[in-house]
Amino acid sequence: MTERVRVDVAIVGGGIAGCSAAFHLRRNGLSVCLLEKGALGSQASGVNFGGVRQQGRHFAELPLARRSREVWGRLAELIGTDCEFVPSGHLKLARSEADLDELERYADAAAEFGLALQMISGARIRSEYPWLGESVIGASLAAEDGQANPRLVAPAFGRAARMLGADVREYTAMIETTCDGDRFRVHCARGIEVSARFLVNTAGAWGGYIAAAFGEPVPIGTTAPNMLVTEPLPSFVTRSIGVCGGDVYVRQVARGNVVLGGGHGWADLGLERSRPLTDVSTRAIDKALEVIPALKSALVIRSWAGIEGQMPDHLPVIGFSRTAPNVIHAFGFSGHGFQLGPVIGIIIAELVTNGASLSPLAAFDIGRFGGTAARPLAAAAYPAQEGE
Amino acid sequence: MADPTIAVIGAGPAGIRATEALAQHRLPVIVIDEAPKGGGQIYRQPPDAFRRSPSLRYGFEANKARALHTTIERLASAIDYRPSTLAWNVWDRQLDTLRAGKTEKVPFDFLVIATGATDRVLPVPGWTLPGVYTLGGAQIALKYQGCAIGHHTVFLGTGPLLYLVAYQYAKAGATVKAVLDVNAAAAKRRALPALAWSPSMLAKGLYYRAWLGAHGVVVEDGVTPIVIHGNGGVSELTYRRAGVETTLRCDAIGLGFGLKAETQLADLAGCRFRFDRESRQWLPERNADGESTISGVYVAGDGAGIGGADAAELWGERVGLAIAARCGRPRDTTRIATIDRQLARLAHLREGLERAFPFPSQHVSTIRADTILCRCESIRIGDAMAAIRVFDVIEMNRMKAVTRVGMGRCQGRMCSAAAAELLATESRQDVAAVGRLRAQPPVKPIPLPWSSPR
Ligand SMILES: Cc1cc2nc3c(=O)[nH]c(=O)nc-3n(C[C@H](O)[C@H](O)[C@H](O)COP(=O)(O)OP(=O)(O)OC[C@H]3O[C@@H](n4cnc5c(N)ncnc54)[C@H](O)[C@@H]3O)c2cc1C
Ligand SMILES: Cc1cc2nc3c(=O)[nH]c(=O)nc-3n(C[C@H](O)[C@H](O)[C@H](O)COP(=O)(O)OP(=O)(O)OC[C@H]3O[C@@H](n4cnc5c(N)ncnc54)[C@H](O)[C@@H]3O)c2cc1C
Repeated sequence: MTERVRVDVAIVGGGIAGCSAAFHLRRNGLSVCLLEKGALGSQASGVNFGGVRQQGRHFAELPLARRSREVWGRLAELIGTDCEFVPSGHLKLARSEADLDELERYADAAAEFGLALQMISGARIRSEYPWLGESVIGASLAAEDGQANPRLVAPAFGRAARMLGADVREYTAMIETTCDGDRFRVHCARGIEVSARFLVNTAGAWGGYIAAAFGEPVPIGTTAPNMLVTEPLPSFVTRSIGVCGGDVYVRQVARGNVVLGGGHGWADLGLERSRPLTDVSTRAIDKALEVIPALKSALVIRSWAGIEGQMPDHLPVIGFSRTAPNVIHAFGFSGHGFQLGPVIGIIIAELVTNGASLSPLAAFDIGRFGGTAARPLAAAAYPAQEGE
Repeated sequence: MADPTIAVIGAGPAGIRATEALAQHRLPVIVIDEAPKGGGQIYRQPPDAFRRSPSLRYGFEANKARALHTTIERLASAIDYRPSTLAWNVWDRQLDTLRAGKTEKVPFDFLVIATGATDRVLPVPGWTLPGVYTLGGAQIALKYQGCAIGHHTVFLGTGPLLYLVAYQYAKAGATVKAVLDVNAAAAKRRALPALAWSPSMLAKGLYYRAWLGAHGVVVEDGVTPIVIHGNGGVSELTYRRAGVETTLRCDAIGLGFGLKAETQLADLAGCRFRFDRESRQWLPERNADGESTISGVYVAGDGAGIGGADAAELWGERVGLAIAARCGRPRDTTRIATIDRQLARLAHLREGLERAFPFPSQHVSTIRADTILCRCESIRIGDAMAAIRVFDVIEMNRMKAVTRVGMGRCQGRMCSAAAAELLATESRQDVAAVGRLRAQPPVKPIPLPWSSPR
C-alpha cells in the first residue's frame, strides 16, 4: 500500500544540511518532507570531528562560514539546545617559517571577510600554551571558532523542524524520483511516495547519485576522515587545535576525552560502511604526540571514520541544478561541512523562497565541472584545504 | 603449497583444543592471548607466587584444568604462542595486536576467534558503589589472587555461576551471607528434564546449593533486588521476596546475570550476526564447522555463544579439525561425528540452563530512574529514557549517539544488555529489533603511543 505525502519541498538526506534546511523551510512557512535512509545525522554529520572552524577555509567558503558562525552562537534559542557548542577558539599551529608566512598571509586576507585572526609568536606560544610541543613555533588564533557535539546537531535540527510541523521520515530511503508536470514524485522505501514542487539534494556523499539521475554527473569521490578518541583526561587542551598542512587536528571535550583526527580511512558508499585504518591512525597519533606531548600517557578507547563526499576542488556543490528546474543541490562538503551546516539550511530556504541567496554561491555551482557554468576559479586561488 | 597462516585468539578451553588439533596436523599456529598464562576464564592460572592447589582453585574441574594447562605448555614450543598479547582489531585479513606496549600486525589466512565470555550485568540502584563486583570479577579475585571481595558477601543475580562462586567463596573460608536468585524456583523445576541431559552437571548444581544451605547460607529464589545502600562502600542490600522486604548487612556484593559472548572481534572481522532468542544476545552466525559468514574466519567456545567449558573444548577441536581439512589434511570424520554427537547433548543442557536461569529482561524497566545505566559515562536510566523519547530512538547505535550510553571505555560490554532491554521497552519493540552496538577498534583501551612506546 502506498502512503502519499504532498508537500512544497522534499528533502533527500537528513544530515546537518538537510535537517537545517527542513527547519528553515518550515520557518519560511513551506511544507516539508525530510527523507533519511537511516537515522538523522547518522552519516558524516553525526560522526565528524566536531570542529566549528572558519580559520583556514577557502575564501569562497568564508562568507558562508561567517554567517554560519552567527547561527552557531544562537542555536539554543533557535532549536532549543546549544549542541554543546563551545567557542573555545581554534589555534592553527605553525611548525616552520613557511607555515608562519602562510598563516600571516591567510590572516591578512581573512580580515577582509571580517574574520579576526591573531598571530601568536614563539615566546607567547610557550608561555600561554605550555602544553604544546617544541616543534610549534607560532600559531594563529581564531578566537570565535570552536567545537560542538556532532552527534546532537542534525537530530536537534530535525526535532526542531518536526516541532514546527515538518514531516520527518527516518529509515526511509529515496529510491527514485520522477518528474510529473511541475511536481516531483519521490518514490521511497516502505511504500512512501512524496509529491513536491521542489527537490532538495542534501544526500552528502551520495549526492552525486541524485545529480547524475538529473543528468548532471559530477566528479565526486569518497573520503573517510580517520578519528580516534582517548579516555577522559584532566582538562588541558584549551583550544581546538589544527596545523598547517592539516595532517592532525585535536580537541578536548568537556568530559575530558581528547578527540584527534588526521588522514583518511576506508569507506564504501554502497555498503554504507567506513573503517579507520591502523597505519593512518598511527601517523595521526605520532603527529599529535609531536604537537601535544602530554598525550603520551593517554589510552585510546575508540576509533572510527565516516563517509564524506569529496569534490576535486574541495568545495561543495551548492545551488540550483543546471538541468532540472526546482532541484537544489547542497552536497559534497569535502571534509568541512559541519561548521557550514546551519547556514546551508538558511541558503536552501532562501533559494526555495526567493530564488536566490544572500550568500555568494558562484564558486559552488554544479556547472563548474561540466563546462556549462562559469569558468572554474584559477587553481592558485585555492589554498590547501584540510579535513576538519 | 606453503602452509597457510593460522591465528587463534584466546587460550581458553576452545583456543587450546583448536590449537592442539591444528598442531597435531603439523600446521603452524599463532596463539594470541591477553592473559599471561593459558587456561581461559574457568581455568585461569594464578601468578607463579601464589600456591593454592589446583583442586582448591578448580574444585571438581581440577583434572580438566590440569589437562588443558599441560596441553598448552606442551604445545608452546611447537607453536607461536603469544601470551600477554591483546588482539584489538581485525581488518583485511590482518589482526592488530598489542604486546608489551607495541602494536604489531598479524596477517592470517585462517582465524579462530575463541575469546570467551564476560559477565552479563544489570543495573541495580547502588550498583556502582565500591564493594559491588561482577560475579566473574569476584571469582577471578579468588582464583587468581586468592582473595575475597569482602568479609560478608552476598551473591545476587542468576545463573549457575551464582551458586558456584558462592560455594567457592564459602569453601575458601569467606563468609557468604546470602545467595539471591532473581529467577523463581519454578523455572528451575521446569528445566529439570533438560538439565538431566547431564546428570553430573545437575548433580554438581544441586550439590552446591545443598552445601550452601547446610552451611547456614541464605539461598533464595524469586528475589527482586531493591537497592544497595552504602556511604563510600556497600553496607546493606534490600530485596523483596514474596511481598516481603528484607535488608541484609553486607560489605560486598557479587552481581551477575549470566554470561555474554565476547563478540567484538567477530564483528570487526565482518561476520554476520543473528539474534539468539534463548540467550537473548546477538551471536555470530556459524555453520557446522564453526565457520562464520566470512570465509576462513571461525568462531569457537563461549565467544560464539555461551555453551560452557566442555562445549568450548569440543568446539575448539571441531574447528581445528575443520581448518586442518581445509588445509589439505585428511578429514577425521569419525572424530568429527563423535564431537557433533557430544555437542548436541550439551546443546540440550544449555537449553535447560537458559530455561532455569532466563535473563530477567523485564528487570530494567522496573528499577528507579536515577539508577546509573552506563557506568563509564555515568548516564542514568531516566536521562537515557528522556533522550530516547526526545529523539524517537529505535536503534542501539542511535541511542549511543544521543545518550553516550556505551560510549565509554568498555564500549557497552557492561551496559548494552540493559540498554537494549530499556530501549526495546521504551520504543515498544522486540529486543531483537533494536539491534546491537557496532564494535570499534580498539576492542579494549590501549596506550595512545601504540607505535612507539615510551
Ligand atoms: C570523520 C569526519 C570528520 C569531519 N570533521 C569535520 C569537522 O571537524 N568540521 C567540519 O566542518 N566538517 C567535518 N567533516 C565534514 C562534515 O561532517 C560533513 O561535511 C557534513 O556533515 C556533511 O553534512 P551533510 O548533511 O551534507 O551530509 P551527511 O551527514 O552525510 O548527510 C547526508 C544524508 O543523506 C542520506 N541519504 C543519502 N542518500 C539518500 C537517499 N537516497 N534517501 C534518503 N537519504 C539519503 C544519508 O543517509 C545521510 O544521512 C567531517 C566528516 C567526517 C566524515
Ligand atoms: C569471569 C568468568 C568466570 C567464569 N567461571 C566459570 C567457572 O568457574 N565455571 C564454569 O563452568 N564456567 C565459568 N565461566 C564460563 C567459562 O568462560 C566458559 O565455560 C569457558 O571458559 C569458555 O571457554 P572459552 O575457551 O570459550 O573462553 P575463555 O575460557 O573465556 O577463554 C578466552 C580467552 O581469550 C582471551 N581473550 C579474549 N579476548 C581477547 C583479545 N581481544 N585478545 C587476546 N586474548 C583475548 C582471554 O584472555 C581468555 O584467555 C566463567 C566465565 C567468566 C567470564
